Amino acid sequence: MTGTILSTNGLIKRFGGLLATDNVSLEIATGELHAIIGPNGAGKTTLIRQLSGEMRPTAGSVMLDGQDITAAPMHRRSHMGLARSYQITSIFPDMTARENVALAVQAHDGHSFRFWAPAADDARLAGPALAALDQVGLGARADIPASALSHGEHRQLEIAMALATRPRLLLLDEPMAGMGPDESARMVALLKTLKRSLTIVLIEHDMDAVFQLADRLTVLVYGRAIATGTPEAIRVNREVRQAYLGDGHGG
Amino acid sequence: MAIKPTPTVAVATIVLAGFALLPVYAVLAGDSFVLSLGTRILVMALAAASLNLILGYGGMVSFGHAAYLGVGGYVVGIMAYHGVTSAWVQWPVAILLSAAVALFIGALSLRTRGLYFIMITLAFAQMIYYVGVGLYDYGGDDGLTLNARSDFGGFPSLDDRPQFYYLCFILLVAALYLMKRLVGSRFGQVIRGAKSNDPRMHAIGFPTMRYRLTAFVIAGAVCGLAGVLLANQADFVSPATMHWTRSGDLIVMVVLGGMGSLMGPVYGALTVLALEESLSSLTHYWKIIFGPFLVLVVLFGKGGIAGLIARWERRK
Repeated sequence: MTGTILSTNGLIKRFGGLLATDNVSLEIATGELHAIIGPNGAGKTTLIRQLSGEMRPTAGSVMLDGQDITAAPMHRRSHMGLARSYQITSIFPDMTARENVALAVQAHDGHSFRFWAPAADDARLAGPALAALDQVGLGARADIPASALSHGEHRQLEIAMALATRPRLLLLDEPMAGMGPDESARMVALLKTLKRSLTIVLIEHDMDAVFQLADRLTVLVYGRAIATGTPEAIRVNREVRQAYLGDGHGG
Repeated sequence: MAIKPTPTVAVATIVLAGFALLPVYAVLAGDSFVLSLGTRILVMALAAASLNLILGYGGMVSFGHAAYLGVGGYVVGIMAYHGVTSAWVQWPVAILLSAAVALFIGALSLRTRGLYFIMITLAFAQMIYYVGVGLYDYGGDDGLTLNARSDFGGFPSLDDRPQFYYLCFILLVAALYLMKRLVGSRFGQVIRGAKSNDPRMHAIGFPTMRYRLTAFVIAGAVCGLAGVLLANQADFVSPATMHWTRSGDLIVMVVLGGMGSLMGPVYGALTVLALEESLSSLTHYWKIIFGPFLVLVVLFGKGGIAGLIARWERRK
């Protein structure tokens, strides 16, 4: 549990006059679950996008395992062990759950200039795909078209696809968004299992879940990281209480 | 893999068997016209099938696909003009040149999306069209008549109508089989995934551009082969072969037949050319009938003709 897997240094993202990421320097320690919280519009998703490579920062750098990946495209970061899930479900709706995950497996099983053998009968794809689906609790739904899955199942499928790329670092953007209490509880249980073997950066609005899961938290307000620390430290941090949690929030 | 006798398979079998038996009918009925119409349908089905790979499966709406018909045709025409009639030379050159042109167009246009992609492929095709118009030594605007058809050194002889017809039939069936393997392979999964959700493909680790470009080149090469056949069938090639309206015709065939279905382009080419033939003998204004028909199929038959068959299958 030592060392830094991911860090940002003076990250800045400007959209015209809006400073969405304001000089953020983060250090994600190997093995931790690091939650990023903050009010709506604080720039959480913008930050994740810069970590995953969907968006280039205006200034500053992103380092993965000590390597500068600021300019690396998404697919390269994926091969370096970084995976993300999306706040707004992003899957392949016209494929089955199994095919969705099998594609993620395929992306990490050599090149795909294989024109002849049917991918559907490929045990090298189906095996790991089913394993990932089982891991998130979707094993029984493997052959359902992804478009026919429920909202909660889409969230699980997102995670299964991320896991199928065998990442070392998982970026989760509100995995519990729109979930009912039962589904949320199951997701918390899943994340508790995953954090034993993975480093996770978690954006989440469900504060109960965040304080249950996180080893450390960073609080983002108007694009600025105003505090980083353990859940206990964040809970009593005066600046955080003022800016975000509000004075009425029970400590 | 066992094939279930579903309506989709049944209709495909009937249509392909019909094509296989057409020369028998032509000989018995002494109808040689039907054979040349049949050859044209097979060739356009091959061209439409190549477009279906990128349009139907890959979501790349190329509005310049007829350019490769022209490239393939002009290679045959120009080489024949200079006395090179051997198919063993002409055909590989035509296919490779079509692939090279597709590589160039694809490398530039696949950087764009949506309407921009449609426009840039159209623009490239128009450029090639005007190159054709500018080939004054080879007929320019008027086109170029083939001195001789491609020569395989005896068999098959393209001057023999049934032999030429069966060559086109075999090439179409081979291309359809190739498409079937391609679409079901790992490569095909990447193409389909990039159509469905390209950003997600990048996030799970696929640099999709190189795969989409490869599909674009394969489609160009196969369409170049169709151009070779078309020029031989007509004994003629002209810039009109690659006019943007011909690219539109190919899109109509794919959409009408059913995008992203294996047999769709065959149904599309068959329907368009058969309707054109029968309606244009009724009235000069046949497009007044064909237009609304197309609108109805697109509006009410999602997935085209192949889609209608698939829905009928599910209702049973």
